[in-house]
Amino acid sequence: MKFIALAAAAVFVAGTAQAQQLAPSATLDAIKARGHIECGVHLGLPGFSFANDKGEWTGLDVDYCKSLAAAVLGDSTKVKFTPTSVQQRWAVLQSGQVDLLSRNTTITFSRNATLGVNFQGINFYEGQTFVVRTKAKVAAVKDLADATICVAAGSTEEKMAADWFRERNLKVTIINFQKNDDAISAYDQGRCDAYTAGIGALAGQRIKFKDPAEHQILTEIISNDPQGPVTRWGDERWQLVVRWVLNAQIAAEALGVTSKNVDEMKAKSQSAEVRRLLGVEGKFGGMMGLSDDWAYNLIKQVGNYGESYERTVGMGSALKLARGANALWTKGGLLFTPPFQ
Amino acid sequence: MKAFLRDRKVRDIFWQVLASVALVAVVVFFVKNASDNMVKAGIASGFNFLWRDSGIEVPFNLTGYKPSDTIWALLWTGIVNTLLVSVASVFLATVVGFTVGLMRLSRNWLLSTLAAVYIEFVRNIPLLFFVLFWYFGVLAALPTPKESFDFLGLIFLNRRGLSIPTPNDVSGFHLALLAVLVLVVVQIVLARWARARQARTGQDFPVWVVGFVLCGALPLMLFVWAGALTSWDLPILRGFNYRGGFVLVPEFVALFMALSTYTAGFIAEVVRGGIQSVRQGQLDAARALGLTPGRVVRLVVIPQAMPVIIPPITSQYLNLIKNSSFGAAIAYPEIVAVFMGSALVATGQAIEIIAITLGIYLTIGIAVSIFMNWYNARHKLVTR
Repeated sequence: MKFIALAAAAVFVAGTAQAQQLAPSATLDAIKARGHIECGVHLGLPGFSFANDKGEWTGLDVDYCKSLAAAVLGDSTKVKFTPTSVQQRWAVLQSGQVDLLSRNTTITFSRNATLGVNFQGINFYEGQTFVVRTKAKVAAVKDLADATICVAAGSTEEKMAADWFRERNLKVTIINFQKNDDAISAYDQGRCDAYTAGIGALAGQRIKFKDPAEHQILTEIISNDPQGPVTRWGDERWQLVVRWVLNAQIAAEALGVTSKNVDEMKAKSQSAEVRRLLGVEGKFGGMMGLSDDWAYNLIKQVGNYGESYERTVGMGSALKLARGANALWTKGGLLFTPPFQ
Repeated sequence: MKAFLRDRKVRDIFWQVLASVALVAVVVFFVKNASDNMVKAGIASGFNFLWRDSGIEVPFNLTGYKPSDTIWALLWTGIVNTLLVSVASVFLATVVGFTVGLMRLSRNWLLSTLAAVYIEFVRNIPLLFFVLFWYFGVLAALPTPKESFDFLGLIFLNRRGLSIPTPNDVSGFHLALLAVLVLVVVQIVLARWARARQARTGQDFPVWVVGFVLCGALPLMLFVWAGALTSWDLPILRGFNYRGGFVLVPEFVALFMALSTYTAGFIAEVVRGGIQSVRQGQLDAARALGLTPGRVVRLVVIPQAMPVIIPPITSQYLNLIKNSSFGAAIAYPEIVAVFMGSALVATGQAIEIIAITLGIYLTIGIAVSIFMNWYNARHKLVTR
């Protein structure tokens, strides 16, 4: 009797060792069948998700989806971008029209608890501030008492601004527009004294003003808005892939792997973590149901997080945002990844 | 038994009951299916969110709403704003529509061409364009707060709206309003009595002069008296803007102008069609009786045109009410903007919120239809 049980256990272990049994993932199966990823992005936010004059999408959030495509399908161009407004985004994700959202969406408790969505990490630490006319002579946010402020309805900024001034007993008038662009043009027309959004978003949106030099972005930050990719509840293996592709982008920067040296690192690196990340050791890709060179592909085709940041919102872009909170934890920032072990 | 089944009434009832049961079953199935799937997907459902704090600012409200109130209060503010802009626009659209419709029929070439150009221009432009045109037009035409148009130092007009003083204590005005209502009733009774007396004895009574005093001069004095009794909350330039008093926001003005000028174009055509449906013989007969042109229109043309005009004008009113949702595009806080916009994103409960909004538009629309049908029935031409 004991012998039979032992034999059965041995057969079971042998079976699982041969081909790891993966949890079913309807989303991954669907992506592989249709040959591309459906990624929900912002309607148009320079630096984050913005279609250029050739119709090509660029930006930090767009780069994330390209990395995901490189990891899952081996080709970073196999993404279809769906622009979503502040109001549409949840319905588009919940209904399964997109596989994930990567669009400057702030992680909040009530969204996580009531919308049936999960936040898979942080690819940008945003903080809310205001843009005002330079001639209005505003130095701090509290100087905006009695001002009229334009904002996109339903954004975290709408509530945050209302709360911030109410807590300080300052009276302001807040005008809610359905789209960011409408709020921006109303501010530009003089309907409001200030427009509020995240500091990263503002750096990009400033380009849309008639005369960007007449406006000034306040340096004071009134909120903490971490943003990152969002998935539906359910399908844990897909959530795993989304989470670890972001971690791979960050780990690559921390380990010094870039799109330029990735081939060399793959061939020569002695670091165990680099070897596991690039699929030389450990067969980590297979554990998620991807090919083992998943991270190699995304680093080779899109680059690590730092490269992507500099190209889209950092010093190599029109936005010229410093790394700040978005630097690695080893360099005084908040960006962090668990180890690839 | 067979005879019973062949009875037409029985069969009619049978099919109607069957159709109703099937309809209810389909609705129940879809609602249950949706709610099951939502629970599975981890999406909150139900109507409890209506009693959550809204935290959303509404810059223009007549309900005294504050961000610390519930989402239910936010919804009510949206409904009031929708009704406000709809009623105001229906009124102006009717006046402008009738005027343009009559101009279109004028024998004066300039008047009728102007009216024709207006109608064609308005009817062939998308409403969204119209709303944005008015909005940015209004904004561009107005000065910044520091350069406001100033009326007697009491009323200020600028890009942030029209600031007007409000009374701190309105009890005097409530009394004045009550007094005015009483005066109007007195005037109506008086007019009836005067007409009856004239029919009986032929004696004339100066109803209009008395009416002017009772319903014009006296109320004016009452309001001045009420205004003198209370202190006023005056708009004062503080920092960026005028604070205090009531602010009529440019979003309201833009939406009001866009809706009324747009719908007026359609109403003008309805009015023209109605008037042209009155047969020439009726006009000839009226003139032959020696009626003046004004009386021909008032006593012969309009009563016969109204039954033709009212049904299509009702649809125009309904369109206008629905079109008020375009206010969302320019941040006018009506129901679509505050409830289907801000509240929907804040709570994420799309199905419930859209269902409630649908129900509200349906209720308003049906109420308007019932009223207009009643009005039409009352003014139907009595033919013998």
